[in-house]
Amino acid sequence: MDLGFGPEFDGFRAEVKQFLAENWPPADGDYKSKENERRFVLAAVDRGYLHRAVPKRFGGSEQAPDIARAEIIREEFAKARAPSGRILGTGKLVVPTLLEWGTEEQCAEFIARTLTGEIRWAQGFSEPNAGSDLASLRTRAELVGDEWVINGQKIWSTGADRATHMFMLVRTEPDAGKHDAISYLLVDLRQPGVTVRPLQQMTRLPEFCEVFFDDARTPAGNLVGERGKGWYVTRSTLKHERSGIGGLTWSLSMMRDLVKLARETQRNGKPAIEDPRIRSELAAIDGQLMSLTYSTYRATSHAVHDRDVGSFATMPKLYMTDLAQRIGKLARDIVGDDFVDMSGPGKKWIERFMISLSMSIAGGTSNIQRNLIAERSLGLPRDARGGTK
Amino acid sequence: MNFLLSDEQLALLDALRGLLQDKCDPRRVHEVFDGDGSFDAGLWQAICEMGIPAIMVPEGQGGLGLKLIDLAIAAELVGEYAAPVPLFGHCAATIAVALCGSDAQHARWLPKLASGEALATLALGEGDSRWLPGEWEIAGEARLNGKKRLVPHGLEADLFIVGTASGLVLVEKGEGVAAERLDGADRTRSLDTVTFTDAPAEPMPGDEASVARSIDAAAVLLAADAFGGANHCVEMSVEYAKVREQYGAPIGSFQGLKHQLSNMALAVEPGRGLYWYAAHAWDDLPEKARHAAAQAKAHLTDIYLQATRDTVEAHGGIGFTWEHDTHIYMKRAMLDWAWLGQPEKHRLRAADLAGW
Repeated sequence: MDLGFGPEFDGFRAEVKQFLAENWPPADGDYKSKENERRFVLAAVDRGYLHRAVPKRFGGSEQAPDIARAEIIREEFAKARAPSGRILGTGKLVVPTLLEWGTEEQCAEFIARTLTGEIRWAQGFSEPNAGSDLASLRTRAELVGDEWVINGQKIWSTGADRATHMFMLVRTEPDAGKHDAISYLLVDLRQPGVTVRPLQQMTRLPEFCEVFFDDARTPAGNLVGERGKGWYVTRSTLKHERSGIGGLTWSLSMMRDLVKLARETQRNGKPAIEDPRIRSELAAIDGQLMSLTYSTYRATSHAVHDRDVGSFATMPKLYMTDLAQRIGKLARDIVGDDFVDMSGPGKKWIERFMISLSMSIAGGTSNIQRNLIAERSLGLPRDARGGTK
Repeated sequence: MNFLLSDEQLALLDALRGLLQDKCDPRRVHEVFDGDGSFDAGLWQAICEMGIPAIMVPEGQGGLGLKLIDLAIAAELVGEYAAPVPLFGHCAATIAVALCGSDAQHARWLPKLASGEALATLALGEGDSRWLPGEWEIAGEARLNGKKRLVPHGLEADLFIVGTASGLVLVEKGEGVAAERLDGADRTRSLDTVTFTDAPAEPMPGDEASVARSIDAAAVLLAADAFGGANHCVEMSVEYAKVREQYGAPIGSFQGLKHQLSNMALAVEPGRGLYWYAAHAWDDLPEKARHAAAQAKAHLTDIYLQATRDTVEAHGGIGFTWEHDTHIYMKRAMLDWAWLGQPEKHRLRAADLAGW
């Protein structure tokens, strides 16, 4: 059992450090410049540090999968606060889906431009009447000549007002069964048949949109996978959406912020962190976070060694959701009276308190996650009305 | 990164599971539970013959020279089967002898403790939740006087490792040692009040750090037992939901119960990573070990007790009866929760150790 990487990786870590020392922060010191970031990312791809799973011909660095190296790169880049080449928004879900299902032409057309940020993606899955029961979606596409003609409405589409393209699920086979009637399409949103209407969240922040399609068009070649098999293509998108590592990083940073809040907020003339009730709840949250952290390491190690990790596989999302809500509640207790003041120092935590709620909805509601754990991991009988996806 | 069990560790678990399946089915556990309060001597002997108590004893002293993670995964299995054996107290005391004992104490005791020829226990609790180094008030070096509470299998033990104001001391059964059995909730692991009256005692030379490390190991072993028991409760509840029918369907097909069971599994399963980490930190990451042990003890024992409560609910009336297994697990959970101090105490320690 070993949580470290062993001395055989020391040389690799030194190389990464050396690269960072030479390339970040940029020579002119302007680390906010987009151009500096672009150049840095290109150099890092050239060295094989970023976009490792993406072939070179699509703008990646085409490295063999190596969790240890990837983790060392992530650690060192984070320490140097260097750009991670992260694809903003839901685009990070498209790239692996295209690599798994896309044609050579589709990969060539979309992946490189997604990596550079030239193409920004929105997800078009949910509809006003198709939430948890996604397979009942109604937006339809008909093949007319060499184009798909799309009509219908998508909702909860994050960042669609800033996106250039959408990957979406549409009904193309009206006579087929529920799961075999759906196809996966890529659509340029910048056309007359598309109307995007932003929705304001309870936090006051804009986040997602409704998107209306009235005879919108996309080339026949923008169908990913086979006709009517979009449901299976989507599974790989959802798999990437639900994977744990990203969420772990986010949870750890929320925890650091919470400890900082507890240290800096005064209560009865003392830092809140000295209040035994707050201290103990903080430690309890930390216990939960440690469980998530080391179970994630466990899951990663099992994946690398082709072993089944067991029931934890279905759990990270729901566990993280519970954790975020518990963090939100303790922050509320620490913020105290300022919890009603949207212009005060507590604003960030009021927003997070509310955002933690959205986690129990987005990407599969918590109740759907509970069905998933029950049916996939515990082997309980499927729900009579269809059960989980 | 290699955070998974090795082939040797999996083989050890297979062997121990085979033994427990054979000699420790629920019927046998109930028999011992309803018996006179002593443990299952035959099962304990078989576990000793398999070398479980020898796991952490150095090879030069008749042991296997393995790590806490190896012992902890065995403790998990003993927890899963609710095995009525003195594994916890004996192994925790054995670790303390190995870490804190003199060469002479090692030579005299470790081979016998590794083989199970002698039975050891830890005498730490003093009431008012005084469990830890720095809290012990009982005093005396060559002659020990005072009382220790909640000592595992004190009546049967040959050797007591006792926490005192000046560190750990070693006391043999016999002169000046009187154990009185408590009417304990957990009848798979009996507890005694042990009174020392001018009992001959040998100080153990281990320094503060070694004493602390011994206590951390005990905390990790409790956490491992708690995980094993809690995980078994989830499995038991899930299996019952698959076979029990109401309204013409297995109750596990109803979403209300499904969600309860998912929530149980969600509370319990990630704890495996935490207790593995605590054991691994104890073995290989000394600067993280104390904090991880405190967190594992607090988190897992809290989870276990709640899981047993949920298990009663998942079973309905039968889960509330004496003849069902649930109460045995609940009572083991109560011991894991209370022994060495309750979760709250360890959370506050963890907060201190985190530098908060």
